[in-house]
Amino acid sequence: MKHQAKARIWADYQKQIPDDRFYYLRSCIRQNLFPGSEQAFLRILRNELGKAIFDDPAHTTCAGIAYHSDLLPFETLQTIAARQFALMTGAGYQHAAVSCVTSFGIYSEILETWKEFPEEEAKARELLWKATGREFEVPKSVVHCSDIIYHFKDRIAARQKYFLRNRETGKPLNLVEHIGCHYSKMFPGKGVGGAEFSCVLSGMVEAWGGHVVDYPERRHCCGFGFRQYLIMANRGYPVSNSRKKFESMEPYRPDAIICNCPGCTMFLDKWQYVIGEMEGKTYGPERSGIPVLTYEELAGLVLGYDPWDLGLQMHQVDCEPLLQKMGVACDPSMKYKGVNGKNLGRPALPACFRVNKPEAASL
Amino acid sequence: MKQQKKIVTIGGGIAGTEVSSILAGLGYEVTMLEKTNQTGGKLNQWNHLFPNGRDAGDITDFLRQKIAMQTFRVLKTTSVGGVTRRNGLFEINTNTGEALEANAVVISTGFDLFDATRKEEYGYSIYENVITSADLEEILRRGHPLATSRGTKPRRVAFIHCVGSRDEKSGHHHCSRVCCVTGVKQAIETAKQLPDAEIFCFYMDLRMFGLSYESLYREAQEKYNIQFIRGRLSEASENQDESLLIKAEDTLSGRPLKMNVDLMVLLVGMIPGKETSRMAELFGLEREPNGFLRIADPHLDRNRSSVKGVFLAGTCTGPMTVDETLEHARSAAIDIHHDLQGMNS
Repeated sequence: MKHQAKARIWADYQKQIPDDRFYYLRSCIRQNLFPGSEQAFLRILRNELGKAIFDDPAHTTCAGIAYHSDLLPFETLQTIAARQFALMTGAGYQHAAVSCVTSFGIYSEILETWKEFPEEEAKARELLWKATGREFEVPKSVVHCSDIIYHFKDRIAARQKYFLRNRETGKPLNLVEHIGCHYSKMFPGKGVGGAEFSCVLSGMVEAWGGHVVDYPERRHCCGFGFRQYLIMANRGYPVSNSRKKFESMEPYRPDAIICNCPGCTMFLDKWQYVIGEMEGKTYGPERSGIPVLTYEELAGLVLGYDPWDLGLQMHQVDCEPLLQKMGVACDPSMKYKGVNGKNLGRPALPACFRVNKPEAASL
Repeated sequence: MKQQKKIVTIGGGIAGTEVSSILAGLGYEVTMLEKTNQTGGKLNQWNHLFPNGRDAGDITDFLRQKIAMQTFRVLKTTSVGGVTRRNGLFEINTNTGEALEANAVVISTGFDLFDATRKEEYGYSIYENVITSADLEEILRRGHPLATSRGTKPRRVAFIHCVGSRDEKSGHHHCSRVCCVTGVKQAIETAKQLPDAEIFCFYMDLRMFGLSYESLYREAQEKYNIQFIRGRLSEASENQDESLLIKAEDTLSGRPLKMNVDLMVLLVGMIPGKETSRMAELFGLEREPNGFLRIADPHLDRNRSSVKGVFLAGTCTGPMTVDETLEHARSAAIDIHHDLQGMNS
């Protein structure tokens, strides 16, 4: 593969990413699944980069889950988005920083719809006014938070404490990236590097010393379609999607997977356990899994943040093998301690990949 | 019979050369401008022609013999810098500093091939074993064996039709016409060179419009066992061994399809040439929505442009085969002759 040829494609998809003064639009599920990620993002922006970002408690879900599950009409969706924009306008911000890839796709879809069909924007304004008495300005920019980390990746590299290199061998770690489908597959121009060879995550990995593996099913969806996974009977479909990806990346022996979408991170992390239980198959060395990290967690790690502050203990697949390779200092006894040393409890199964199948047990 | 009138032909490909030689034969003073240092256009890069496998060099040689007769002037590495019109005469300024007068101008600036890198999902220029139909033609023309990037014989080859044609995403809605039969021709040539290889053609429709094209298509299936799958490729990825994983939907069986191939050939379409677009700007010519130059009437005036005195020949008006291009050039010559003789009302 001619990696340098990708640069030509990247040059065609340079998006404007603001430098400062962001209005933060959180994900509705990330704080439960990967509780340290959003906090790490705020910490990096405020403390490391000195940027202003407003974390407004008044904002809500984008309702993308309901929209993509056919429970909510577009009119309601765009009115909810209009309310977010009204809050943003009221707070004096013009640049939306969106934590979730689904939400990023939702806001992008709505803004593009308003460009093509101004009557829809008028309708949203009217509905919002009737419901809340609020008005709004269309944001100057809507970027995904991974865009912002990408934008400042070199400044993060300048403050880097740990590198994406194997501390013992000195070789770059092999990371595979997984970009959420709604990041740029709908609007390639809104993703850094486009849709086919997006560089938003690979750019971070390379800036921090790692090597990105381009594996055959890199573009494939993780399976996190709301209409599939919300219905239990359909969950075989999402699992099979993720399994396809694991099978494809396995020969490259990745040290970690990095994602920018809440759903993808969850699926690629937790389905490894499910597949282990169902089939006795694991994808990491010695019956382990492949650690799955959000880009904020990765950024936090290279900046030297405590892995347990980043919430890595909440991952299904243990991240310790990656921490050891990077040489990250951490106290194992603090893994399941919360703020002020509060005991968080431990997983029922101490080793997530101690697979129950007899044939696997003999491994 | 020597004529007093002058004609400038812009573009020295097969259409430009043919129309110039005919007009020169009718006694006109013809100057043909060619921006490169070689006449013959893109045919110089082609190996064999459909449907009969004729050497493309036969055609370029035939046209060069006409040039060698020196009945008209050929200015190579010369392009048009500016145009003015005074008293019905065109004054054409070239990049070399010449000012040419013309009673009529022929635009024969041809086409460009679709840039396959624009179909990013197919990985051309990124994946090691993805080539275009033009690349394949060049390999065959040079007599090189077909091989993978690692020097092995391809065991499975896929031809992908309609790359950059009939494609909303790439912005080219038109059918490029010649790629279907080019794909069949190249698949047969590949089968001849790699008799043990499995060869697949992924198509949307097969438009075998020319005489004997359908026979060639049948021959490809019956004699060379080439498999035609109706389905557009969704994406290609590179495997660890640099082979390619391709995904498509077989729309006849209604099932998604995934296979590994050693070599993938993208049948790139014809798009309006950059030089054609520039001529449209310089001469104020109307264009079709697809960007090709608009002809005055699709049935009765296929060589006239929207500007009086400017005539069109060949693929600057749309995708054409070699024989259609030559015929279009000949009809342009007759049309210009009639016009300059006042025979067209």
